[in-house]
Amino acid sequence: MPTDSLWRFRIVFGKGTEVKYISHLDLVRAWQRALRRADVALAHSQGFSPHPRIFFASALPVGVTGRAEMLEALLERPMEAPEIAARLGTQLPCGLRVVSVAEVPLAAPSLPTQVAAAEYEAQVETKIAGEQMQSRLDQLVATPSLARHMERDGKARDYDLRPLIQRLWLVGRREAVYVVGMRLRADPHGTGRPDEVMAALGFAAQVRAIERTQLLLRSE
Amino acid sequence: MIADRIMDAILPAVSKPGRYAGHEWNLRAKDWSKTALRVALAYPDVYEVGMSNLGLAILYDILNREPDVLAERVYAPWPDMEQAMRQSGVPLFALESRRPLQDFDWIGFSLQYELNYSNVLNMLDLAGLPVQASERMAQPSAPLVIGGGTCTYNAEPVADFFDLFVIGEGEEVVLELARLCVQVRSGAPVTVWKEEFLRQAAGIEGVYVPSLYAVEYNPDGTIAAVCPAHRSVPSRIRKRIVSPLPPPPTRPVVPFVKAVHDRGMVEVMRGCTRGCRFCHAGMVYRPVRERPLDEVLQAVDELLTNTGYEEISLISLSSSDYTAIEPLLQTLSERYAERRLAISLPSLRADSFSVNLARIIQRTRKTGLTFAPEAGSERLRRVINKGITADDLMRTAEAAYASGWLRIKLYFMLGLPTETMEDVLAIADLVKAVRGIGRRECGQRIQVGVSVNTFVPKPHTPFQWLPLEDANQIRTRQAALRGALRDRSLQLSWSDESVTRLEAALSRGDRRLGRTILQAWRLGARFDAWAEEFKPELWQQAFRQTGLDPAFYAARQRPLSEVLPWSHIDTGVDSHFLWDEYQRGLRGEVSVDCRQGCMDCGVRAEWQLERCPQTLGQGG
Repeated sequence: MPTDSLWRFRIVFGKGTEVKYISHLDLVRAWQRALRRADVALAHSQGFSPHPRIFFASALPVGVTGRAEMLEALLERPMEAPEIAARLGTQLPCGLRVVSVAEVPLAAPSLPTQVAAAEYEAQVETKIAGEQMQSRLDQLVATPSLARHMERDGKARDYDLRPLIQRLWLVGRREAVYVVGMRLRADPHGTGRPDEVMAALGFAAQVRAIERTQLLLRSE
Repeated sequence: MIADRIMDAILPAVSKPGRYAGHEWNLRAKDWSKTALRVALAYPDVYEVGMSNLGLAILYDILNREPDVLAERVYAPWPDMEQAMRQSGVPLFALESRRPLQDFDWIGFSLQYELNYSNVLNMLDLAGLPVQASERMAQPSAPLVIGGGTCTYNAEPVADFFDLFVIGEGEEVVLELARLCVQVRSGAPVTVWKEEFLRQAAGIEGVYVPSLYAVEYNPDGTIAAVCPAHRSVPSRIRKRIVSPLPPPPTRPVVPFVKAVHDRGMVEVMRGCTRGCRFCHAGMVYRPVRERPLDEVLQAVDELLTNTGYEEISLISLSSSDYTAIEPLLQTLSERYAERRLAISLPSLRADSFSVNLARIIQRTRKTGLTFAPEAGSERLRRVINKGITADDLMRTAEAAYASGWLRIKLYFMLGLPTETMEDVLAIADLVKAVRGIGRRECGQRIQVGVSVNTFVPKPHTPFQWLPLEDANQIRTRQAALRGALRDRSLQLSWSDESVTRLEAALSRGDRRLGRTILQAWRLGARFDAWAEEFKPELWQQAFRQTGLDPAFYAARQRPLSEVLPWSHIDTGVDSHFLWDEYQRGLRGEVSVDCRQGCMDCGVRAEWQLERCPQTLGQGG
């Protein structure tokens, strides 16, 4: 079986409320299985424990939904993009849906390295007036630095949240629910977390939902 | 139905919230308004463990195929989730509909391990139900609580908490019970239908209704008699078997969260022909029934299409004994080469594992290989009827290492009958010999895993009359073995003595232990099967407070004349066969494999089987 011929596809997908609590690793596994059910001929790595060559742009935090997440898959047998989309349509678990499928040049840089930033919308339930909300956003933007401390996997890290916030705006409001939009840096030098931004705004306990609306790639 | 809003309030703060979120692939969400019987299938351990249980997957499939029955799943919430649920007043709910367990007609628990018992009580309590069956009887709308699985062969310790047990294989009897339930419920008045149902259910083969039996005790604490409440109730309950095996489920729910056994499972054979004297499963799952090769291949194909699993596991008590194992593996590895299907073969025997098998499953291996010699010396292996010779083990090790496995795990037991220090130290010799072969084949980097567990004499086995070996003796032998196996290339693991003691007491206990289990749960016992959650001091306190001594159940040699707490459960294997096997064991005599000759254990006669074992012919 010839293994040198490969085809590369980028799948933009939604991760909805039904599956927002599954972890990134769970999601990777779920996609591998869905692609197998769809009879998409995934290319595999070599060696003792071959795994399917599927790459995700950026892990979504548990609890956050995604409107336009991205993954790329390498295939060892060619297929048309619409065919892949159609097959996946019947094999994806509840909560996952295909937004688009497109072939990508094999030689293009790897997907995770292309990610530059991510945009989120957070729903906040609060009774404060519109002008107060806007001024809280303005105040945070005007703050030069937000020192933070994080401990994960036994390692402690000090960092500044402020430079990770690239844009912050009010998307809209319906009664007591505001939707706050933000663009956060997401690259090897730093990844902004939307829950931390909401906490910095003073809304840690009032956030009802967070959705990643899009990933911004370097080439765009 | 537990609303999204409530879930969103508690799930973000718990570990692995995916355990409670449902929506998995192949989940069956049926219409509540169109079903007459609603069953909650419960595994009394955390999601990842429960989702690995094939028995519940089989029942989920069978029940949901019935147009007017629905089955949903529920697992034990991890302590952090339990706390959040109690604080927020969220009752235990099933994953498919998020309805509270209280809304169901039946809650069916799979009882596979005695250390899950405290979780059973906790789940009932979390559901808002009284844990005692007698109290639930007084509430006409409270679900019936049914137990199935391995522990039902001696379910006496939990008899107080269950309305009914299904002994043996559930595929047919569960539907018979379903039909009876719907029929009785529609015919009888609301306040008495459950009693009427239980009375009639007791007449179905394989059904044990503990409330219809009274246990009388002798002054010394042993059982005088187990008496049926009336004549229509059988004095002994014979387990159910299904023959031939019905087609296996091929559309199981695929978890998002990584399950302990995260692969597709197809049962190739039920029962085991070897007759190892210590083995509970080998005795209670008789007769052996092999599944035809083409049925297995068809099932694997459907399963892979319906799930997308990357690995398949061929399930049985002794997979390498399956007649068609080599053609099966050969076909699977060729047919699914493009998708890089990994094939897992648990339960390998060191005397039927061949170079061929090694070669085939090595191609896409994911895990190491495990073998269970169980005893270190030939003599002791004859006592326990584990027919593996040192030669077998060495040849197996050679086949495995030569095919590229770097890690082999070996299981042994301590505390076997007639065991001497010489036998114990022979374990070390065997392990080192295996390591030697590994080093010869693969160099210094190979590892040998050694797992040493204390032998617990189990009900319905030839050794059921034996006591647990004295704890000091075990400690001495463990120390000696540890000393002989001290090396970086060997990974040793040992069973925890307090776990062993409790396991022995609960598996060999009688109905009075119900009070102890209740007390232990009240004191806070949960997830006892998990080392980090197990609190032996709670159980010690519970035993003291209920005036019972675990040693009475675990550490007492019982005479042939004693009425054992499980005597009224009939596995089809005759008691005098077990006694004869016990005596043969003490003399170090080997008994043949059923495939070689019939030892007349009683099963063949009991079910009037034309062929026993039911193995595949030459063609498979």
